[in-house]
Amino acid sequence: MANNKDKKASPWKSMRVGLAFLAGIVIYAYGFEITKIDLEELRSERRQESLVRVTRALAEPDILEYEKESEFFNAPVYVTCPEGGVTADQPDTSGPYAIVTPACAEPGETVTVEGFNFYPNSSGPVRFVPGNDPTNVVELGNETAQTDAEGHFTVTLKLPDRPSEDVQFIRASMSRNVGSPKFTQTAHDTWEKIIETVFLALLATTLGTILAIPLSFIAARNLMKPVRSPLTSISFSVLGWPIGIAIGYFVVNMVSNFTAPYTSNILVNLVSVVLAPVIMTFAIRWALPEEDIAAPSLGLRIGRLATLFASALVGFFWLYQLAGLMVNSGLALEAALGSFAFLGGFLFQLGEILKVITPALGALAAGGVLGNFLGKLGQRASEKMDAGLVKTINLISSAAAGATVLGLLGWLVEWLYQIGRPAYTQSGPILVGAVLGLLLAVFTKAKDTLPTGLVIYYVTRTILNTLRSVEALVMAIVFVIAVGIGPFAGVMALGLHTIVSLAKLYSEQVESIQAGPLEAITATGANRLQTIIYAVVPQIVPPYISYTMYRWDINVRMSTIIGFVGGGGIGFLLQQNINLLNYRAASAQMIAIAVVVSLMDYISSVMREKVV
Amino acid sequence: MLQVKNLTKIYDGGVKALDNVTFDVPKGQFLAVIGLSGSGKSTLLRCINRLIDPTAGQILWDGEDVTAATPEEMRRIRRKIGMVFQHFNLVHRSKVITNVLGGRLGYVNPAWSLLNRFPKEDMDKAMKQLERVGIADKAQQRADELSGGQQQRVGIARALMQDPKMILADEPVASLDPVLAHSIMKHLEEINKNDGVTVLCSLHFLDLVHRYADRVIALNQGQLVFEGLPSEIDDKKFKDIYGRDAERVG
Repeated sequence: MANNKDKKASPWKSMRVGLAFLAGIVIYAYGFEITKIDLEELRSERRQESLVRVTRALAEPDILEYEKESEFFNAPVYVTCPEGGVTADQPDTSGPYAIVTPACAEPGETVTVEGFNFYPNSSGPVRFVPGNDPTNVVELGNETAQTDAEGHFTVTLKLPDRPSEDVQFIRASMSRNVGSPKFTQTAHDTWEKIIETVFLALLATTLGTILAIPLSFIAARNLMKPVRSPLTSISFSVLGWPIGIAIGYFVVNMVSNFTAPYTSNILVNLVSVVLAPVIMTFAIRWALPEEDIAAPSLGLRIGRLATLFASALVGFFWLYQLAGLMVNSGLALEAALGSFAFLGGFLFQLGEILKVITPALGALAAGGVLGNFLGKLGQRASEKMDAGLVKTINLISSAAAGATVLGLLGWLVEWLYQIGRPAYTQSGPILVGAVLGLLLAVFTKAKDTLPTGLVIYYVTRTILNTLRSVEALVMAIVFVIAVGIGPFAGVMALGLHTIVSLAKLYSEQVESIQAGPLEAITATGANRLQTIIYAVVPQIVPPYISYTMYRWDINVRMSTIIGFVGGGGIGFLLQQNINLLNYRAASAQMIAIAVVVSLMDYISSVMREKVV
Repeated sequence: MLQVKNLTKIYDGGVKALDNVTFDVPKGQFLAVIGLSGSGKSTLLRCINRLIDPTAGQILWDGEDVTAATPEEMRRIRRKIGMVFQHFNLVHRSKVITNVLGGRLGYVNPAWSLLNRFPKEDMDKAMKQLERVGIADKAQQRADELSGGQQQRVGIARALMQDPKMILADEPVASLDPVLAHSIMKHLEEINKNDGVTVLCSLHFLDLVHRYADRVIALNQGQLVFEGLPSEIDDKKFKDIYGRDAERVG
């Protein structure tokens, strides 16, 4: 209170408030104009009518139906009375029958149709059948009759302009439901698609989570900020990555060619799938002792590296054999399992996926290993050699690294835009890169460390933020073009969006962990990897689970509409039915979405309580 | 033998946390580091195992230059220096035994710790350390289920797992009540006397210094203002260390 008294009411301040208020009014007025808010339209009769129609259709979802049985009777009638009058036969009264009074009339006149012995409490059309043919399927008119408890109805109808000398008919047909209700075709389709929807969300969430976890660590400022390395190490590493990727790709392809003749036989598959890991385990156990008390000698180190390289080769051989085993046994199972053939199909697909990703895996692994190794070599060099020599090495390697990076970028640009002018996309960038690298080396002190971690952090963050701002629905459009219409495109789009948004949420959790344990584990001599596993991971497990659940909820919701653009799931059906004005079917799909989404919400909230 | 020579640390903001500090610690000594909050005690201890990189100066430990060590050499140096923290710095959601095993990370091969695997000997050793600090029965509990005193014992067990030659204790009892403080200090004393481990321990209370320390150094605004025996701290020295307005309570 005392504070308020101290403040003087300045005319400027009141004027500012007034202006802000006026600006607000203008903004909202313009908003009304832009968004075409029009209550008159809402009240118009046409809108009201269609609103009522659609609402009623929605209230009556197309889920259950009855089998129908029907009966009909053709009552004779003469349009234009014949000369000599009409002699009305007494109809067969054992079944349903109807009598037209009068039995003859002029076109346009009204007659009364009275029905007896029809199904009680049912309804059906009463229409004029032109021509002298009781089996004629053409019916004229738009009258329906409703029978009472005795199966009796009375209805009047206007005769059409179809004069004839022969007898014509008025057909009364009644139908009623028999037996217990059955699911409609719509219900079956909806069920099938809602299952697809749930699994679409499941796969996208799983894929996204797995890939978002490693990304979240390099998008976390507190983990990346301390990562600094000298220029020598950086440029060596930059050179190592592409070379490693090329070597890795080449070597894995060699392994693939070597393996190819043996992959088609299940027996060979089985033996190698079992044997290879045994060999690898022994090799790795020797090469990676659990504890290193003394620093190993150089010869031992080289021996260990060679062993690790050999076991990596064995590992890729194993991956190919495993893929072969999966493909072969998947095919065999698919043929043998009958209604569980999808399990075989699953195995087959996994094998195919393994085959596709193994070369990429090998290339990346080799790139990582070589990049890392050369990086360490550079680190060692800049630590042990004298400054002048380091400077020289820096000048050369940094120029080479700059040339490599920009050269690769130029290659990418060439591939994308097909410029076809090497000066712009090849020699130019390489030259510029070399100069930039040289400049960097000139202006950094020989042994200074550069904030590599922060650079990686900013690049990752930028990519994540850019991708995150593209809505999953838009990504789906792109993927539909890439892999065709269907749930696969939806999985890819939702998965990608999940990766980028989860990586951001996760990394924020990593940034908010307690620093104490991190410090304590670092103080024991643990390296970065160990620090992350023992000090960071235990702290982030609960928020990670909770964010994954949250994302799962979002993905279920998203997967219900991703079909609007061809991404599979129930959205496709829903959109189709809305466009066909088939609101009863659309209603069934909306109900299915509501049920599934709220069910998944409930399940995930229960699980969250249990786990976190 | 630990030698600290002309150690200076200036933080990014320009704060001078350590100002040309020089002292030696003979092997097996229990050295207390005293001074007001913010006088640079924590920074000093963290410079010794390079959790904080000093701006200038040199630290020699058993003839090795800690300040010039490469990351791999640092790993070998750090694993011989145990550290105990004021806020224990346990990983709360991990089990007590896992926290203790964490002390072994400088020795085990990083590739195996990816799989959360420790050698059998380490597991046995971890149990032995827990027995030594008297909480073997809590091994399978989560760290945050323990009381403060028990958590600090886990912290000590973790440091012991390193087979340390030196322990840096950063106000190990400042967040414990006086009774618990003595029990923790006794553990440190026992490790110091029986295993011959050098201990550098920053402390707040002078009575603890008198009771446990062999020698004292005092910091005031990053400068070394006193070095000597605990009994040499008279009223004048006390005012030098803690400022004019301070009064002795302990």
